[in-house]
Amino acid sequence: MKQKKQLIKGNHAIGKAAIEAGCNFYAGYPITPQNELTEYMAKHMRLNKRPFVQAESEVSAINMVFGAGAGDARAMTSSSSPGVSLKQEGISYIAGAELPCVIVNMVRGGPGLGNIAGAQSDYFQSTRGGGHGDYRLIVFGPNSVQELYDFTMKAFDYADKYRMPVMILGDGYLGQMMESYIPHKYEPIKNLPKKKWALTGCKGRKKNIVKTLYLTPENALEEHNLKLNEKYKKIQKEIQMYEKANADDGEIIVVSYGTASRVVKNVIEFFNKNSKKKIGMFRPISLWPFPATALRNLKCKKFLVVEMSMGQMIEDVKLALFGKKDVTVNLIKRPGGMIPTEDEIKDKIEKMIG
Amino acid sequence: MQGYLSLLKIKRLPTTWCPGCGNGLVIKALIQVMESNNLNKKNTVIVSGIGCVGRTTGYLKLDSIHTLHGRAIPVAEGIKTANPKLNVFVVSGDGDLLAIGGNHLLHASRRKTNIKVICVNNRIYGMTGGQASPATPKKTVTTTTPKGNEFEEINTQAIVTSNKNFFARSTVFHLDHLKKMIKKSLENKDFSFIEVISNCYPGYGKKLGFTSNYEMLMDFKKKFENQKNKSILKKNELGFLK
Ligand SMILES: Cc1ncc(C[n+]2csc(CCOP(=O)(O)OP(=O)(O)O)c2C)c(N)n1
Ligand code: SF4
Ligand SMILES: [Mg+2]
Repeated sequence: MKQKKQLIKGNHAIGKAAIEAGCNFYAGYPITPQNELTEYMAKHMRLNKRPFVQAESEVSAINMVFGAGAGDARAMTSSSSPGVSLKQEGISYIAGAELPCVIVNMVRGGPGLGNIAGAQSDYFQSTRGGGHGDYRLIVFGPNSVQELYDFTMKAFDYADKYRMPVMILGDGYLGQMMESYIPHKYEPIKNLPKKKWALTGCKGRKKNIVKTLYLTPENALEEHNLKLNEKYKKIQKEIQMYEKANADDGEIIVVSYGTASRVVKNVIEFFNKNSKKKIGMFRPISLWPFPATALRNLKCKKFLVVEMSMGQMIEDVKLALFGKKDVTVNLIKRPGGMIPTEDEIKDKIEKMIG
Repeated sequence: MQGYLSLLKIKRLPTTWCPGCGNGLVIKALIQVMESNNLNKKNTVIVSGIGCVGRTTGYLKLDSIHTLHGRAIPVAEGIKTANPKLNVFVVSGDGDLLAIGGNHLLHASRRKTNIKVICVNNRIYGMTGGQASPATPKKTVTTTTPKGNEFEEINTQAIVTSNKNFFARSTVFHLDHLKKMIKKSLENKDFSFIEVISNCYPGYGKKLGFTSNYEMLMDFKKKFENQKNKSILKKNELGFLK
């Protein structure tokens, strides 16, 4: 039966998807603008007879997730920027120990306490690893309530498949907005591996050890890093998600993700209707791995990056285009919780057309 | 009647707080004690964490620092230790000081750093919309405990007094008593902790059946009495231990 459209708040959509995808451990700590997610989990995990913990801090929450994930739980934690900063040490350990978990960051403006408006200023933190050491997270940057729902479900599968933390990088606007979405059945990706490494009690089998310390031999840690890197390279081949429009013959391509891409979409539609010039868009959905090849393969020479930060993703855009002849990359930046307006994007495009 | 305008940033009024919130009363008591004890711009610094009451620093004409959620105590210790002549107050909430900042409370009280911590305990996370804090009584329904809080309240008194530090309890209704407790803490030359029971109608009182912040204040008047025993404060008692 086809499901009907329903109205739901972004933060609730994540909670609903998590529960449907079998999340059986959640630990969180209040912080605006993601409180509705923690509160949703407080209610619905209990209704589903699964554990919910309001931890005493984000540090505690991520380490509970470390523990739950080291068992065989599908574990999740959520927060917003200052809280996600606190989680970084734990995330580094979880990545190093190759354990699965899902982390939601409904980004707000920073640095420091900043404000509580949605922002995209945690792009670097999320896509470069965030904590110490050589590691990566799989990071999804949804741009609608539907995608928050869809990618939360996928996040649990990818976490289990690759044994690593997966992050949903939303923002305060997406978390707070109500929008229609179509619920659907959770369908796991096929052949998810059995969790033979999990700490479930070792009666009848060899003991499992979860650790991130590699002292001897001298190159033990290097070997471990190389092994992680092999995994990351494999993921870079397997996950490259993006959306594009008019991208193959657009005169200018606007690159943006998440909330910013919603504004860009309207601008593209405006030019489609009102201008002879073809303006295209490219929207990375997997932020790590960044869909670099698809971006590089576009014929366009003029790019405009639109970000709700001082310009972070633009570095990945430039890396993707590195060495291509006569390519220019411009930037519209609105940090501090501000959303770029359609007019300022249109003006910039007009100027670039010349 | 004593004034309290000397150190108040009048231009910043009205505050962002809800009408009738206890936070304003704490500011009033604090300024009055400062006036009478010669604590002023020259010799006093105020530190707060994050929460509704954490905004206190923004309303005082003193050098002040608005820190991280939960970290007001170590920042205050840094200020005091680097510059021992300063009088250093921390004004922050129950969630801030007892949950995320709990570890720092343990160790500052072990180090017995001479800072005065005023913990405005409204028994809830006010700012983030009424989630349970470690000071939320068992069985209370909050936005994160829809079936009632399963856990006992944290025993702050035991934590602070285990290192023979100054611990006092007052309420925002008992302003004269509150001022007395703050003054007492100034006589003490090491770590001091004053728990001020406060009211948060939207985040806490409403769920308990109160109809206003005022009603909650009247409840404090009814509920609390002076301490009977010098060595322990019962839950409904006001006083100090040293
Ligand atoms: C690291 C971090 N986590 C969470 C928050 C969100 N936050 C802001 S205030 C607050 C709770 C404040 O509660 P309390 O200390 O009791 O103060 P009240 O608002 O009740 O006065 C929280 C969790 C934050 N700012 N930083
Ligand atoms: S929410 Fe509660 S603590 Fe915050 S200002 Fe309002 S009454 Fe005060
Ligand atoms: Mg509080």
